[in-house]
Amino acid sequence: MSGANSHPSARHDFGHGDLKTYGWGFGLSLLLTALSFAAIMSGMIPRGMMFPAITVLAVVQLLTQVVFFLHLGTAPEQRSTITILVLTLLLIGVIVFLSLWVMHNANVNMMPTLMTPDQAMARS
Amino acid sequence: MFGKLTLDAVPWDQPIIMGTGVVVALGGLAVLGLITYFGKWKYLWTEWLTSVDHKKIGVMYFILGIVMLLRGFADAIMMRTQQAMAANDAAGYLPPHHYDQIFTAHGTIMIFFVATPFILGLMNVVTPLQIGARDVAFPFVNSLGLWLSVMGGALVMISMWVGDFSATGWVAYPPLSELKFSPTTGVDYYIWALELSGLGTTLAGVNFIVTILRMRAPGMKLMMMPVFTWTALITNILIVAVFPVLTVTLALLGLDRTLGMHFFTNERGGNAMMYINLIWVWGHPEVYILILPLFGAFSEIIPTFSSKPLFGYTSMVYATCAIGLLSFFVYLHHFFTMGSGANVNAFFGIMTTIISIPTGVKLFNWLFTMYRGRIRFHSATLWTIGFMITFAVGGMTGVLLAVPGADFVLHNSLFLVAHFHNVIIGGVVFGSFAGMTFWFPKVFGFTLNEFWGKVSFWCWLVGYWLAFTPLYILGFKGMARRMNHYDHADWQPYLLVALVGACFIGAGILSTLIQLAVSIRDRKKNRDLTGDPWDARSLEWSTASPTPFYNYAHVPQITSIEQHWEDKQTGRAGVMPATFEDIHMPRNTGAGLIMSVFGFLLCFSIVWHMWLFAAAGLLGMIGTFLARAYNRDIDYYVPAATVERMEAERHALLQKAA
Amino acid sequence: MDLTVSARPGAHIHDAHASHDDGSKTVLGFWVYLMSDCIIFGTLFATFGVLVDNIAGGPTGRELFDLPYVGGETLLLLMSSFTFGLAALNMYAGRKAGVLAWLAVTFLFGAGFIGMEVHEFAHLIAEGAGPDRSAFLSAYFTLVGTHGVHVTAGLIWMAVMTHQVWRYGLDGTVKRRLTCLSLFWHFLDLVWICVFTFVYLRGAI
Repeated sequence: MSGANSHPSARHDFGHGDLKTYGWGFGLSLLLTALSFAAIMSGMIPRGMMFPAITVLAVVQLLTQVVFFLHLGTAPEQRSTITILVLTLLLIGVIVFLSLWVMHNANVNMMPTLMTPDQAMARS
Repeated sequence: MFGKLTLDAVPWDQPIIMGTGVVVALGGLAVLGLITYFGKWKYLWTEWLTSVDHKKIGVMYFILGIVMLLRGFADAIMMRTQQAMAANDAAGYLPPHHYDQIFTAHGTIMIFFVATPFILGLMNVVTPLQIGARDVAFPFVNSLGLWLSVMGGALVMISMWVGDFSATGWVAYPPLSELKFSPTTGVDYYIWALELSGLGTTLAGVNFIVTILRMRAPGMKLMMMPVFTWTALITNILIVAVFPVLTVTLALLGLDRTLGMHFFTNERGGNAMMYINLIWVWGHPEVYILILPLFGAFSEIIPTFSSKPLFGYTSMVYATCAIGLLSFFVYLHHFFTMGSGANVNAFFGIMTTIISIPTGVKLFNWLFTMYRGRIRFHSATLWTIGFMITFAVGGMTGVLLAVPGADFVLHNSLFLVAHFHNVIIGGVVFGSFAGMTFWFPKVFGFTLNEFWGKVSFWCWLVGYWLAFTPLYILGFKGMARRMNHYDHADWQPYLLVALVGACFIGAGILSTLIQLAVSIRDRKKNRDLTGDPWDARSLEWSTASPTPFYNYAHVPQITSIEQHWEDKQTGRAGVMPATFEDIHMPRNTGAGLIMSVFGFLLCFSIVWHMWLFAAAGLLGMIGTFLARAYNRDIDYYVPAATVERMEAERHALLQKAA
Repeated sequence: MDLTVSARPGAHIHDAHASHDDGSKTVLGFWVYLMSDCIIFGTLFATFGVLVDNIAGGPTGRELFDLPYVGGETLLLLMSSFTFGLAALNMYAGRKAGVLAWLAVTFLFGAGFIGMEVHEFAHLIAEGAGPDRSAFLSAYFTLVGTHGVHVTAGLIWMAVMTHQVWRYGLDGTVKRRLTCLSLFWHFLDLVWICVFTFVYLRGAI
């Protein structure tokens, strides 16, 4: 049996790109990375906006690389691949969010050294 | 070179352990001797140890589960005896530190090395057959997963005689499980046994997902799969989703203990609650991983023995998916009392109550399936009815515990212990025995002895209720779990009754062993000639018993949810095909076993800080894997003539039976 | 049972309905495994997020992190992702020499990344800011270190694949494995985006 794509019924769960897609992916990623570092290091963005800015830039770069490097799109054969990825990301979101929520509450309630006695009195 | 390992690691001064060791060693030598005497080493190696056949791997998982059940039960009876004795000034016979190891080993073994192998065994045997496939997607990986689990179990077993085992409870909460408070090797054995077997389980999860998604026979759309296959799919999705969390959490604890890090320590900023949070993110979906396949088994058994199609197929599928999804949103109910506050507790309490609804839907579907059916009271039916009653009660006590206010009173009391044994024994154990009875002839070609099956059932049913009802009462009375001794004399009668119950369960286990022996002795008498001893409904029952190694001579075309039943109605069942083809099959390989042995070396060496040996183990694992990767002769074709001959033999048997 | 026949793909009558392995099962299986690896990193990120402020009187991220240095590491890894893409293009075109060349370049970039990271870790440990100093540092070293271990495993895999390409050429098995490696390698760059954003850049705010 020769190449993976030579079989008549081969599925194409993952596409493959060409030089243009890899070039664009690389260029965009480079730009987004530079913007992220600049957001923190250049002082041009107000402190309160820094975290949202780098988060947005990271999400965009993740999408960029998923599309341009992993060649994942909306084609029907790629449905199951994308579904699995989305479900995984949702799951990670749930685990991270719930963990942070639970731990924040546990810390606030159960770690008295993290607050002054007045704060503790004010809580009850 | 030998790290912390010295001859002092062997507990020479503990007679119970040394005595057990002598018995186990003698028994082991006897087994090895018998194999040698009957000249079966080559057979064992070529037919079993190197097998990549999903049916054989399933059987070996089941054997692992039954063997470890004996160890786990031994722990249980020791605990029951200790608690029955140790009222007021009596100290019992088990010192506290030993007792702590026993209840830790009991829980760890039962969850990871009994229940998990049982479900992996069932899914291995049944799933490919039910979807019309010839094996799982990755047969070598399947074998690797099995042997990793076996080696994990071996690590737990060896801890009894070399070092000690964890004494922290089966979930190993820090700070107790940190090096400062558990300085011996026990917790390290626990961590690495579970890392090794957890890797195996995760690999199995990947394997079954791809198998079910990509290897169904043509015509079998998702909504035409048997319900057991649906539960297998959701179970394996849950496995792949949450076992990584367990892997990380145990690794972080290992890093704390071995490299002095501070994830969960009391000092330098560690936060023990994060361990508890993460371990239950894994731990709650884990219990659904254990129960869903058995729900699936019941969904096959009930229609068969009621001679009626399953009621509410669509709602069964949706209920299964709902349980899978909701299982991520309830985990905090394991630690309501640990200070997350009212809002958090309320959310998780409500979600826990909600998750009982899809289970209720399933129960009603089973009842409606039986209603107006022609019920045959086979032992499989008895296990099922026993499950429905027992599990339903366990579910109700779970909903009670889901109320945070109630849980504040009952958390970590014997009420909790009774609840989870209620659902695990009623659900997982009864289901495993039901499934074993149901599918045994498919694998081995003869049925199990019915009399001893029924004896086992009644012993287990009576035994469970006698052993755990007193614990519910004691929980209300305020008795905490894991107590080595106590000073409320009025608790003792209940614990004595519980001990009697445990003895009944012991009789049940013994009955199963007798059942196996008697059935093997009588195998020619109880030969299943047709492949369909129960007049069953799904595709696996169209194959011979035992199923040929290639499963299906022709991949079937699917037109019905109950394909075999439809074929029987339309006269297509048992028809010998006209032509045959070569069949592509994977070769056996010892790589899975060998890699796992190196894995054992790696983990044992980490436990004892033998870094050179650990490196050797790791290199051995990688080297074996590379050898496998460079092996270009990993499959073969079964000639059509061979297939034709085997099918002709089968057909002749069918004619004889008719 | 006469099972003496070895794999001779041309000689069998093709069972048109069997699930034929055209490599797609393997790639899907690897993708599912990669998702489980994602969850490992997700859990490590969650742990980092919970413990990031637990510095136990020790150094903070802002004091320790050298952003230009991290920028250099990021560049190396990003380049390696791009050059792996070039290797993949050569694979689809059947050009064995091109695959070997670009795999070698990718390996160098990846090794450079690991070299920089090992240097960074050694420097921190020497300064007394090792993983045993505080929970924050334990979480930092473990998260970033796990990524580094994955990259190292990828480099070993890459070396093996380079040898297999050289020895067996671009046959079906080798191409299937290269496809899996490519998924793995790009995935590591995806994780790194999250690392440099939520560990290093966020730590410097």
